[in-house]
Amino acid sequence: MTPSTLLHSVLREPQRMERLTAEQWNALIRVARVEMLMGTIGMLSTGMHVPDKARLLLDEAAAIASVRQNAARYEVQRMVEALTPTGMPVILMKGSAYLMADLPPCPGRNIGDLDIMVPFDRLSEAEAALKRHGWQSIKAKGTYDDSYYREWMHELPPLAHETRGGVIDLHHTILPRTARLTPRPERMLANAIPTNCGAYIMAPAEMLLHSATHLAYDGDLQGGARNLWDIDRLVRHFAEQPDFWDDLKSAATAHELTSPLARALRLSHRLYGTPSPAALRGKPDLIDRLALRKLRGHDRYGAPTTPISNFILFLRGHWLRMPLPMLTRHLLTKWRARRAEARQAGRENDQ
Amino acid sequence: MRLRIGPAIFDIRSPFGGAIASLRHLYRDYPQGMPDEIYDFTVAALPTTPWRRWFRPSIRLQADFTVEEAVPVALRHALLAFEMGVNMQMALGYRRDIILHAASAARDDRAVVIVGDSGSGKSTLSALLSWSAGWRHCGDELALIGLAGDYSLTPYPRPIGLKNQSIPVMRERVSADRFGPRLEGTMKGTVQHLLPPVDAIQAMDRPARPALIVSPHFTAGASPEIRRMTQSEAYLRLSVASTNQLTLGEPGFDALIRLIRSVPAYDITYGTSEEGLQLVEKLWGDVE
Repeated sequence: MTPSTLLHSVLREPQRMERLTAEQWNALIRVARVEMLMGTIGMLSTGMHVPDKARLLLDEAAAIASVRQNAARYEVQRMVEALTPTGMPVILMKGSAYLMADLPPCPGRNIGDLDIMVPFDRLSEAEAALKRHGWQSIKAKGTYDDSYYREWMHELPPLAHETRGGVIDLHHTILPRTARLTPRPERMLANAIPTNCGAYIMAPAEMLLHSATHLAYDGDLQGGARNLWDIDRLVRHFAEQPDFWDDLKSAATAHELTSPLARALRLSHRLYGTPSPAALRGKPDLIDRLALRKLRGHDRYGAPTTPISNFILFLRGHWLRMPLPMLTRHLLTKWRARRAEARQAGRENDQ
Repeated sequence: MRLRIGPAIFDIRSPFGGAIASLRHLYRDYPQGMPDEIYDFTVAALPTTPWRRWFRPSIRLQADFTVEEAVPVALRHALLAFEMGVNMQMALGYRRDIILHAASAARDDRAVVIVGDSGSGKSTLSALLSWSAGWRHCGDELALIGLAGDYSLTPYPRPIGLKNQSIPVMRERVSADRFGPRLEGTMKGTVQHLLPPVDAIQAMDRPARPALIVSPHFTAGASPEIRRMTQSEAYLRLSVASTNQLTLGEPGFDALIRLIRSVPAYDITYGTSEEGLQLVEKLWGDVE
């Protein structure tokens, strides 16, 4: 068992925590911190007999997660206040949706930036309303980074609040505009479900689909253990509804996301035994193998042990994000900017 | 190697054997080993790039909690790299108490908390208190204030990081074997560590109760002066000096409010170390 698989097995079967040696605890704590799951296992350990020091560290992480969740709730409320006058529907995404709808991934989960989605044609209106309420873009207008987000991405440059520092990622869809797949945000908006706080959450099938797409199609599976844990919790919860798997299948087809969904279901099945119809999961492939290597590849200090797999996944993440000529142009521009910055810094040092 | 400072056990490793050896020596009075314990934080000092292990050796930190823009440190300053790593774990990852960027010392298990910016004189003042005035050293950089009702202070008595002019001040008073190696040309100038008295390290599990807060302002030639802070001023100073109070939410706020309501806080200005000591003793006499 590697330190990573120890974490996966503890998530599957929290009772295992009552039988760990100090050495195993040390490895588990390192990997759980790297994967941002320390608060989660802290909550799962409630009422269990664990060594005093482990109890201290687990409770500490769980307490911090709960303070952060309070802060995240507050940010959601301020955001809703800012956007309510516009009358547009606002969908909470990922962590903040689980939080406001009190879904099973929530206990102990670390909730960072506030991700929201609004209709594409009301994006600038939403941005203007947030700016009136103190959120500021962290990228200067007219710079390359600013237009990179606006022209190519599925979200605007991050908006940080001027006094509280909380960050909102304002989305209009769930994948970059340059990505090879193009989901249909208008369907997500049409199916969205209102919550008490005034914002919406996605319907179960689409919420899961978003989580799956984010994991399997956007990026390099960094933090994958946590994202797959979200998926496991959501699947087990939603599958109690009779039509869930049918809804999921038709949603995946409508959004052209059957393949990322299949991969996410395969991986969470492997890690956490997440139940799902075999037909939806499809067949494992080379990317699955690399992904599993990365997900299982931490040493007892939490450091990665599979650099080659990780690098291939990094390349794949970029490859999926944009066509090759565009990617080349992007990397070249970023490289030039860094070089100019270094030269500037050199000049200042000489003075 | 494993090392315990106050409430936290650190697992420290590095391929640079000499760096580990000098760390072991500097921390010789502290608990080490502890192979069967669950530790709090891991800190590794690794070569910046593989060839930097041999060629112009330089260190980057890998740890449970890190910041992105951490600067590499030259191998000859390895002790400072470890210190940075250990401090970073406490500042970013330790959430059991309020962490103040402050020195502290105790007498009869009642403590003075010395809060101030880097360079204000808090390390020197705390070194003088423990080595010249018989106080129990509880830490020169981080003070841990409990979240429970009695806001008690948990000692975190790391070796004192003396800088520049304060080094000769202490060399006059303390025997040479209590000093670490002299580190020249660091970001803060010359740095040399001073080990606290052995008694203070052995008593590091005994909490103390804060009774006085002072904010030192050492200005060469200034005449001694004492000014009492208002409670709101004291709250602001301590909150700003804390790495984690705001992230602790309501319990952090409540604990700090309890502290400043019960413990008086003063600005003290002085021109010589002796005057500084005298001012602290005078204020201590008032709270006793």
